Amino acid sequence: MSTFDRVKKIVVDQLGVNEADVQIDSTFIDDLGADSLDIVELIMAFEEEFEIEIPDDAAEKIKTVRNAVEYIDQQIQ
Amino acid sequence: MENTAVKTALVTGASRGIGAAIAKKLAARGFMVIINYGHSSAAAEEVKNQIEQAGGQAVLMQGDVSSGDDVDRMFKDIKKTWGKLDVLVNNAGINRDTLLVRMKEDQWDAVLSTDLKSVFFTTKAAASLMMRQRSGSIINIASVVGITGNAGQANYAAAKAGVIGFTKSAAKELAARGIRVNAIAPGFIETDMTDAIPEKIREGMLETIPLRRGGKAEDVANAVAFLASDDAGYITGQVLKVDGGMVM
Repeated sequence: MSTFDRVKKIVVDQLGVNEADVQIDSTFIDDLGADSLDIVELIMAFEEEFEIEIPDDAAEKIKTVRNAVEYIDQQIQ
Repeated sequence: MENTAVKTALVTGASRGIGAAIAKKLAARGFMVIINYGHSSAAAEEVKNQIEQAGGQAVLMQGDVSSGDDVDRMFKDIKKTWGKLDVLVNNAGINRDTLLVRMKEDQWDAVLSTDLKSVFFTTKAAASLMMRQRSGSIINIASVVGITGNAGQANYAAAKAGVIGFTKSAAKELAARGIRVNAIAPGFIETDMTDAIPEKIREGMLETIPLRRGGKAEDVANAVAFLASDDAGYITGQVLKVDGGMVM
């Protein structure tokens, strides 16, 4: 499964949105309706799924699905 | 994997005193109680036996809650075994009473670490489980001393006041996920900790209590059982004094 698909699955689970709504350029807050706690939960779920640590300063920059996928790809390479 | 029928409650420092009373009360109310203890394994075992003899369920979980590593290990166990946690009672605490000018750095650090830092570790770990469940009740045992201050207890009062501020912040952060966070501030409760107070001072303290008696550990346990229950579903961020009216 690609990083995007794994991220999409987590976003669908956490935010309760439809798979079709999760596009690579979707923003978590504006497009997917996440609040600040949702973002924290998403970051924690990414950390768990990909076995990485995402520090706060990096987490702050993750605003879209693409940001998440690119950051994760960098970390797991 | 996940047994949603049984509600689980972790009580820290539950081998004796107020913690043991809370563990027994929650077990009597149908919770599967996780009895955390630091060193007193025999006493913790005794609490477990009493709960089981009364028809309740309990397991033991050793761990120093002032250690982040120990708390991580405990919560990995909890996640693996039950997949959830319904109630967390932060009860573990110590005191190292002495007048401020005589207080050593290690006496300050020991109390802040066991009474306050531990609450950060366990609440953080529990919140991450409870956020997924969209429910949970966290109850922190503070002290009226955290509200009024007390000569000879600058470290203890600072830690307990810290617990109260922490409780309110966590309540605000976690309310959106259906997690309630409250504190209980016991007054003069008859335990090993207060038995150590000299007789003359004890008598003086009892005179300041409108209900004219010291509290029992069960008085605190009853308040915990209430805050843990759905009856307290609209209550969060509060400090409930269980002190016979000593502080109003």
